[in-house]
Amino acid sequence: MTRIDVRKTYKLYVGGAFPRSESGRSYVVEDAKGKFLANAAQASRKDARDAVQAARKAFAGWSARTPYNRGQVVYRIAEVLESRAAQLVDEVQRGEGETKRQAQASVEATVDRLVWYAGWADKLAQVVGGTNPVAAPYFDFSLPEPTGVVAVVAPQESSLLGLVSVVAPVVVTGNTVVVAASAERPVPAITLSEVLATSDVPGGVVNVLTGPIGDTVPTLAAHMDVNALDLTGVSDPATAADLERAAAENLKRVLRPEAAEPDWTLDPGLDRMTRFLETKTVWHPVGI
Amino acid sequence: MADKNVFDYAPAPESRAVVDIRSSYGLFVGGEFVDPVGGRSFKTISPATEEVLAEVSEASEHDVDLAVKAARKAYTRVWSRMSGRERSKYLFRIARILQERSRELAVLESLDNGKPIKESRDVDVPLAAAHFFYYAGWADKLEHAGFGPDPQPLGVAGQVIPWNFPLLMLAWKIAPALACGNTVVLKPAETTPLTALLFAEICQQADLPPGVVNIVTGAGGTGRAIVAHEDVDKVAFTGSTEVGRLIARTVAGTDKKVTLELGGKAANIVFDDAPVDQAVEGIVNGIFFNQGHVCCAGSRLLVQESVADEVLERLKRRMATLRVGDPLDKNTDVGAINSAEQLAKIRQLSEVGESEGAERWSPACDLPSHGFWFPPTVFTGVSQAHRIAREEIFGPVLSVLTFRTPTEAVEKANNTPFGLSAGVWTDKGSRILWTAEKLRAGVVWANTFNKFDPTSPFGGYQESGYGREGGRHGLEGYIR
Repeated sequence: MTRIDVRKTYKLYVGGAFPRSESGRSYVVEDAKGKFLANAAQASRKDARDAVQAARKAFAGWSARTPYNRGQVVYRIAEVLESRAAQLVDEVQRGEGETKRQAQASVEATVDRLVWYAGWADKLAQVVGGTNPVAAPYFDFSLPEPTGVVAVVAPQESSLLGLVSVVAPVVVTGNTVVVAASAERPVPAITLSEVLATSDVPGGVVNVLTGPIGDTVPTLAAHMDVNALDLTGVSDPATAADLERAAAENLKRVLRPEAAEPDWTLDPGLDRMTRFLETKTVWHPVGI
Repeated sequence: MADKNVFDYAPAPESRAVVDIRSSYGLFVGGEFVDPVGGRSFKTISPATEEVLAEVSEASEHDVDLAVKAARKAYTRVWSRMSGRERSKYLFRIARILQERSRELAVLESLDNGKPIKESRDVDVPLAAAHFFYYAGWADKLEHAGFGPDPQPLGVAGQVIPWNFPLLMLAWKIAPALACGNTVVLKPAETTPLTALLFAEICQQADLPPGVVNIVTGAGGTGRAIVAHEDVDKVAFTGSTEVGRLIARTVAGTDKKVTLELGGKAANIVFDDAPVDQAVEGIVNGIFFNQGHVCCAGSRLLVQESVADEVLERLKRRMATLRVGDPLDKNTDVGAINSAEQLAKIRQLSEVGESEGAERWSPACDLPSHGFWFPPTVFTGVSQAHRIAREEIFGPVLSVLTFRTPTEAVEKANNTPFGLSAGVWTDKGSRILWTAEKLRAGVVWANTFNKFDPTSPFGGYQESGYGREGGRHGLEGYIR
């Protein structure tokens, strides 16, 4: 007799735990061929607010870690992700309808991207900060600091490489994040949550919501304790404009979506890190 | 009485003869002064005397459109094609003319704004010239600025500036925009248009190509027309958080790049080991500089409980020596409130302060009978819930709170939706750095306050806005 496999319950990732949606709702996730994959948790507005609370709670500790330590933690995510590569290749392949070879390349690029960002943790401040040669006897320097809690709408197409490409640059600099995963392809995001939970990332630093983005993202965009909003995964311009308007209430920093989903295999540059950083300038007199 | 008079100052007024104010001004569009299409105008007055200084044009939507068209034409045909080296020389020319005409600019600024001549002369005008010098040097070095190998200008920048530092804010906006190859349409505040209009003449003297800089005067409606204009690629605004929110909503869903420098409610933290006399000077400079019309003013004094009495006593003694009066008098420390509207707001919030239970104190001072005046004022017994501890008053009004531990100081300092600036006073180096690290603010002044420099990035966290002005960082808002 063939063994009946044990299936997994796909849940949210909030504050380091894996709750079901408080609403008790789930939605059907299918693979690229339309075959049933899972009943994923359908996050509610309340789940979004809980996730923001968890992200806020984690911010002080995470942003106070040394950059060296944050770099090590992000590198650790890459290590653990690599060890789950086979599973993720399978999930990306089924969800995105790619060949195995394509899915493999995508998972490898994801691991490499994490390694790339991990290395930035203790280098960025020297690249974008420095001393300012003011015309008076003062020592004056500027340094980057994390913006705070960042809400991210992950890309809808690229469910793993795209997701990691938007989350890693936000957290490596010390922000905490609430990410709305690809609505139709949430499975790799849930597996990534399991990777995060086992790679020394403190609970609440990354919070993952699954479900239609219309259920949670308007709440995140209007939330007064969210400091920035990345709309990369919003494909409808009118929706993106509405969300940007809602974000104006507390002057969130907003990253607008591009006309088409970016090619995630390209060199990412610094922009996704610097977008969610504040520059702090400190002055002190020089004298005896 | 005789003793008191020994230390009185004889008036030392700066002469007005150096400025030549025209009776009326057109809009500066395409390199010429032109009449507004609708023919509407408004008066700008001296807030110190309420004397009418000039009649100024009010730009309509149509006028703004003409200005944007002039800026677009100059961008496409001239400015974006010019090499950085050539652009750079125009900016150096402007910087030099600002220096050459510095006396005139300072007097005009003090007349139109009400700020003391010693501030316009020693701070506003030299810093404005320094900004042009600084960004002039960037124009041909942008590929080395760390924003990619081939940074490109955005196009037409729409810029709206406030009345507290009229010429200096103009410099903060125009210098980096032009250095990066953009052209601009700038609106000065309706109460302080005159130095911007003189700057237009300076552009003519510098032979700046027509349309590269356009100055349109007007009030909120003119500003809205600039922000909403569909051929404006970049919006730069300095002003209130309330208007900043409206702008953020207006540009939602467009491709416009935006930088906002908004309100603040800065904490100025004095620890028990601070050098008290220096700290008192810093507190005074933090809140009474420019009549407190400063977005980064140190409007919340957080003083450690053990030294609070001593600091307050010395602060009051120092406040009693502040000379309030004629902005053109070289002895004046505190000038006129910029407008009747702002004066009403300061009065109203001060009354709220009293009615909510804080204790109000001002030194005895004779205020002129005409014009808009408010004495340097300090509120003690202020709690974090009081409106005078939460809202930006934008006037010479200081709210004093106390704390016991450094952690409490930082918690109170950060307990605000703003995050523009902060001050810290202590003799202990490690405590300065610890406090500076914990403060969620874009500028932290340690054992100093209200210092500015073109090389030094300035801008806020949270609801104090986004983007930085000044330094290499200031280029980012004007290139892609």
